Parts: sequence; C-alpha cells; structure tokens
Amino acid sequence: MAAVMSLDQKRAYEAAASVLDPEVPAVTVADLGILRSVEIDDEGVAVARVTPTYSGCPAVLAIELAIEAALAEAGFKARIERVISPAWTTDWITEEGREKLRAFGIAPPAKTSSSIRSLFGEVQVDCPKCGSGDTEKVSEFGSTACKALYRCRACLEPFDYFKCL
Amino acid sequence: MADKSHLFEALIRLADDHLILAHRVSEWCGHAPILEEDLALPNMALDMLGQARAIYTYAGEVEGKGRDEDALAYLRTEREYKNILMVERPNGDFAHTMLRQLYFAAFMKPYWEAAASSSDATIAGIAAKAAKEAAYHVRHAGEWVIRLGDGTEESNRRTRDAVSALNPYIDELFHTDEAVIAVADEGLLPDPRALRPKFQETVGFVFAEAGLETESTQWPRTGGRSGLHGEEFGHLLSELQYMQRTYPNMTW
Repeated sequence: MAAVMSLDQKRAYEAAASVLDPEVPAVTVADLGILRSVEIDDEGVAVARVTPTYSGCPAVLAIELAIEAALAEAGFKARIERVISPAWTTDWITEEGREKLRAFGIAPPAKTSSSIRSLFGEVQVDCPKCGSGDTEKVSEFGSTACKALYRCRACLEPFDYFKCL
Repeated sequence: MADKSHLFEALIRLADDHLILAHRVSEWCGHAPILEEDLALPNMALDMLGQARAIYTYAGEVEGKGRDEDALAYLRTEREYKNILMVERPNGDFAHTMLRQLYFAAFMKPYWEAAASSSDATIAGIAAKAAKEAAYHVRHAGEWVIRLGDGTEESNRRTRDAVSALNPYIDELFHTDEAVIAVADEGLLPDPRALRPKFQETVGFVFAEAGLETESTQWPRTGGRSGLHGEEFGHLLSELQYMQRTYPNMTW
C-alpha cells in the first residue's frame, strides 16, 4: 500500500473487501485479488476498482453490485470502476485466499502463472482433501470459467481446481 | 490518431470474429458428445463473447456516435458484419468444430500476445487478458484434434474431412488491406501476416501428433472482411438478433 489510508478510506476498503465471491463463497473479493483498490474521491464518493477474472465471467456484474451495496451499507456513495489492465492473474490470490480455497475443497492454482508453461505441459495438482499429488484431470473446463475438474487417485474424490491464469 | 475509421473497422472485424464464433460454439450447449465438453464449449464461447463485448464497447467509443456494445452486436445488417467466413460456418460434427477452434485460437493467441504491447492502453488491456484465454483454447482444441486424428478409423476420417473442408478458409485469417496496415503502422494492432509462422508452428505441432497432413489451398474463400457472407450467415443473424429486433432496446 503506497500511501497511508484515511479512516474513511480504511472503512470503505474493509466494507468492500468483505464481499464474498458469488461463485466461490468461501473467499472474498480481496482474497481473490479482484478488488484492486478503494479510494475516496474529492466529492467523498468511494471509488472501488474491480478487475474481472475472465473476459466473459458472468459473475463480474454480480460482484460489482455486491461491492456497491456493501459500500452503501457502510454509508458511502459508491462508484465502481472496471479495470482490465494489468490483467488479473491467479498470482494475485492471497495466501489466506489459497488456504480458504483448499479448506473449501478447491485446489488453489499453481504458482507463477506468468508463463502458462509449455502449452501442452502437465501441471501437478495436489488433492485438497487428502493432499496426495496422485491426481488426474477429468476436464479442462469446470462448473465456472475459472475452474477445471480433477479426480484424486489416492482418495478417489473428485474436486475442482482453480485454473492457473 | 491518423484516421479513426481504420481503427473502428479493425476493431469491428475483431469483435465480429469473436461474437460470431462464440454464437456458433454456444450452439453446442446441451448437444456435446460428453458432459465435460458440454461444459468446455460454452466456457470457450463465454470467453470469446466477453472479448467481443470489450472490443465492441471500445469500438463504439472510437467511433464516437454513441453506439454501445448492444447496438453494434445486434443492430447492424448482414453486410455490416466483417467477420471471416471460417467463424460463421455451421458447426458440422465435433471434429469440424474442434479443428475450427484450433485454427482460430492458433491465430488469436499470437495476435493477442502482440496486441498486448499495443500503443493503445485499452487494446493492450483487453489483449493481455484474452491472450491467456486463447492459450487455453489452443490447448483444449489441440488435444482434441490430436485425440481425434490419432483415434479410431472413423474419428481420423472425420478429422481429415474437416481439414479438407476448412482448408480454403485459413487464408482469410491473414487478410490484409489498407485498414489493417494503417493500424499496424501506428502500433495499435498487429499485422496478421507476421503471425503466419506462429500459426503454422502450432498447427504443425498438433498435426504431427495427430497424424494429419496439411493441404495447400487452391482457392481461398474470402469476402467476410468486406461484408460478403455465406448463405448460412443470414440464418445465424436472425437468431442472434431476434430479441433486439422484436423488442427494440430491450435490456435484461
């Protein structure tokens, strides 16, 4: 954080940061790195900068409305700014967020996503239930744009993997 | 900026490619051969639709006539759509759909990667995100083409049929004219001709694994970039535009 936050800004940030992701309600928008910043402008309006995970993510609008509502509840006039650059990466998911995902049964993304490895390379994904590395991909695409489907060969549980992007 | 009409034209082509292919791919929803593909195909369509929306929105700003993404996506006539012919083709079978996706993504991945360093910040932002999504599409479609080409006798035959059917449509990916050169000269969007080696490399890699052979094109099919479409396109548009035409200015 570059500058010191004013009390109002801190309160606004905390209100916005507490919003849960509608599709993965175990983590907040701050945990996922979707909420980039909250600032109070000259007219006292809380400006939340939000970045989408995927271009076509249908949850973006729901997330923006939820943040706006959370700010309104905290007594702020709010405005949402959608920022697309720099592009969101799974590296922005916080350590806490990764642990919450794992506890929720979703394997967190592999680290250092900047290179999507060699395009056809395999990624090792550990089972979020038993921790085994003996897992297999069932489907490249899962229930939402951000997830893939895996299965653990050790404990035989199917699970979601938060794709590395 | 020298001439905004060139940038508007280039953006519309890009957005139309993505909207129309997203529409075609979404037609598989509920019809894919296995459940995983029923998730994968609409997911890819959603990525492309999201990309199209961002580009239409920006195209509307560049044009400066107050048209928003909906006006551009839904309220133009057939000749005003500038997508390449490959993306409007009917889906055919699964092999055909996957090969088309491979071709398109193998072109778009290096396109977006180059556009990510555009002199225009909005384009760079859209491109950086889309490049990651296109990489996923290359991998997914590529894995299927390998599996189908190197699969059973029937899957191999169908994939070879798809190679023959789609072959004449490849050249239009690299279509170049005054508008393309103008925006490339300004560093706004890449010159597609420069992307051909990367396209060939990706497709060549997949084809080698799949046991498929590339064919040379005698008669490239073109026309989409100047608004001349195949006969199926009108049918596609009538479905795509139905709600806006029936209830003008409706919103969800």
